[in-house]
Amino acid sequence: MSEIKFDVIVVGGGPGGYVAAIRASQLGLRTALVEKAQLGGVCLNWGCIPTKALLRSADVLRLIGNASSFGIEVAAARPDLKAIVKRSRDVAAQLHRGVSGLMKKHRVQVFNGHARLDGPQRLKVTGEKGDFSLSAPHIILATGARARVLPGMEPDGKHFWTYRQALVPDSVPKRLVIIGAGAIGVEFASFYHALGAQVSLVEMAERILPIEDQEISAHVAQALTRDGIRLYTGCALQGSKVEQGIVQLRLEGKSNETLEADVVLVAAGIVGNVEELGLESTGVKVQHTHVLVDEFCRTGEPGVYAIGDLAGAPWLAHKASHEAVLCVEKIAGLNPHPLDSRSVPACTYSHPQVASVGYTEAQARSAGKTIRVGKFPFAANGKAIAMGATEGFVKVVFDAASGELLGAHMVGEEVTEMIQGYAIARGLETTEAELIDSILPHPTMSEAMHEAVLAAYDRALHG
Amino acid sequence: MAKLLHMPEVSANATHAAIQNWTLKEGDTISAGDCIAEIETEKALVELAAEEDAVLGKILVEPGREVEVGAPIGVLFARGETNVDIAALLAKAGALSAANEPVVDAPVLQPRAEVAPAIDVCHSERIFASPLARRLAAAKGLDLTSLKGSGPNGRIVKRDVEAAPAANTALASVAAPVSAIDFDEVPHSSMRKTIARRLVESKATVPHFYLELECRMEPLLALREQVNRTASRKISINDFIVKAVAVALRQVPAMNVTWTETALRRYHQADVCVAVSTDSGLITPVVRNADSKALSQISADVAELAGRARDGRLRPEEYQGGSFTISNLGMFGVEQFSAIINPPHAAILAVGATQLKPVVENGELTVGSVLRCTLSVDHRAVDGALAAQWLAVFKGLLENPLGMLI
Repeated sequence: MSEIKFDVIVVGGGPGGYVAAIRASQLGLRTALVEKAQLGGVCLNWGCIPTKALLRSADVLRLIGNASSFGIEVAAARPDLKAIVKRSRDVAAQLHRGVSGLMKKHRVQVFNGHARLDGPQRLKVTGEKGDFSLSAPHIILATGARARVLPGMEPDGKHFWTYRQALVPDSVPKRLVIIGAGAIGVEFASFYHALGAQVSLVEMAERILPIEDQEISAHVAQALTRDGIRLYTGCALQGSKVEQGIVQLRLEGKSNETLEADVVLVAAGIVGNVEELGLESTGVKVQHTHVLVDEFCRTGEPGVYAIGDLAGAPWLAHKASHEAVLCVEKIAGLNPHPLDSRSVPACTYSHPQVASVGYTEAQARSAGKTIRVGKFPFAANGKAIAMGATEGFVKVVFDAASGELLGAHMVGEEVTEMIQGYAIARGLETTEAELIDSILPHPTMSEAMHEAVLAAYDRALHG
Repeated sequence: MAKLLHMPEVSANATHAAIQNWTLKEGDTISAGDCIAEIETEKALVELAAEEDAVLGKILVEPGREVEVGAPIGVLFARGETNVDIAALLAKAGALSAANEPVVDAPVLQPRAEVAPAIDVCHSERIFASPLARRLAAAKGLDLTSLKGSGPNGRIVKRDVEAAPAANTALASVAAPVSAIDFDEVPHSSMRKTIARRLVESKATVPHFYLELECRMEPLLALREQVNRTASRKISINDFIVKAVAVALRQVPAMNVTWTETALRRYHQADVCVAVSTDSGLITPVVRNADSKALSQISADVAELAGRARDGRLRPEEYQGGSFTISNLGMFGVEQFSAIINPPHAAILAVGATQLKPVVENGELTVGSVLRCTLSVDHRAVDGALAAQWLAVFKGLLENPLGMLI
């Protein structure tokens, strides 16, 4: 059995793994990447990107439905599910090809197959053409995560879905119950609702989007309810059964109803892909399906690293990519800084969209900080009114003593494209003074970001 | 014919200076000798006087901005002259102005002559620090220049400030939770920075030693009373001390020296500096040839120099030179203190208040007028025995004041 030597081997080709490989190659390290399925990982093939394609179709449909309010008369729009799904898959395929191109460009050697640790500095890869060995002093595990499966609700593609099945539906279910009102659940709720499904969202926590700021959650809950999505928060699942092709879901908690569904989409968290990696005989420690790592993504086994979803929350592609870079730079002897989890922005592409970075108001208070909070509604923003996009608001949280921007929270149209302003502000460690002094272009919806800062200091000009 | 007005070398070895204030505005007619502008040096304000009749055509450097010595700061037109090509003049000035880009770039007309932010003047080198780091450092009382940045390209960021111990823990722990802005910051003047730099340099590099003694003041007080009864201006105890120091320096010339790296500099005249406290800091104008001056002249000199020092209007030659400083805090009731040598001087005499005290005289306890002095000496230039010998001479002069008047 031949053995090929590298400086760095990355296992997994998602936004953590392929970025790690590119960075390693940029730093002059001989780099290999092993992927058992498709380059680009879940993000690109089964997550972030294809869902955005679907949601874009839903937006277009919604906009056309709303055309008369812009003075445009059109015949009733009719969604073509097959074409919508095809477009989503085409987008994913295009990006998948893009990542392959990047690997070639950066001279990363890509191996197809399943890799597992096989002694120090060694990986055994099981590929289509048999087993082979790779070795490197540094092995980065970036195998990602998958949807948690609830007992009795194993995905069957018929009555029980995970995001995978939800991305490629043959038809729109009449009654869809979504378990879990995190970002994935809420996004699919928006999509299937737009396409005509009767959607119910079940969430164990007391509110939907439970990790977002309370006021943001409340606003989204109100918007979804207004649109006709039923919310069952504070509810646990008592049991489920399928009778005559219909799923019966018994709830327990704030509601004890039994919900009927044609399809149940399980979006109740994820589990790390820690199996079949050969971790058992190593010093790598696994806790709650995630690999324990230090601030530079080092595991308990020298020379073995874990990044991205595999290494734990927040389960976000951009967090994985950031860890990829800092992990590789540390390996290369550079001096990167550990990730500041409070500076990782999070986006939910529901209708309305949600975007945030840093402390929520409640988190800041429970951290013992004295804070100043500012809010500004898009209803008071000229551009938003012109665009017919007055839903939502911007909220900022400052440390009263230092003026540090602790957190920013937004709900409304395309706020996911705006949160970067606050992310950069946090990254550059600006205080309220620099934000107040900044000139934002008029007319834009981003002016609301400026006004929210002004409002925190009792200086809002239009609020 | 129009000509450029250049930043003069207002104090020795200064490479940069700033216009503190233009006393005339563009278009004003100037007569030779008129003050055109006030220039701030490390030590004082200096007036820039016109050498000939002219018109202030253009101001090129706004107040507050530090520029290189020799850089063009304005343009003087001949009286009646118009249509001056300033760009051509600047171009002709050549290398200097080219090397000094901001001057060339200065707009011809300044709509507002605002003083540039203090930071541009104060820091010759920009400190890269995040706004949050700056604010947290201020709250902790930390000097950013003392921190090492760990951010991109060495930028000082929040974690660097948090990792640094507070300058004053007690203050920070009390003040921080309430508000980070429980104080305001007064940017250092050039003068304050010079004082700080020179005193640190002195205390850190000059090996000080201290000699203390008491002088009986009855004869001097009696003489002073007698003199002041008829004198047109009152003579102070300090005037006597200036005189006594100068005469003692003349009598013990080995004390009238300063240390340089290569040689001991021995002075031929007894120039005595007197520390004057002003709103912007301490300055030490010099009384030249004090040994040969009448007390009334010393008194007049000190009063005049101190007055102009407080106005910030001393000329460099009025505060540079000498080998010896007197610092007198007696008027504040201070009994005794030790002073830091004012480099390059070799010694400084700290003078306390004249007080009634129990003294032993001929074995009897009695009450006497006593003045306590502490002499700080640069041991590189002067040894202990010599300093003690000088101090004894000084004491003799002070206790027998007629001796120094002869």
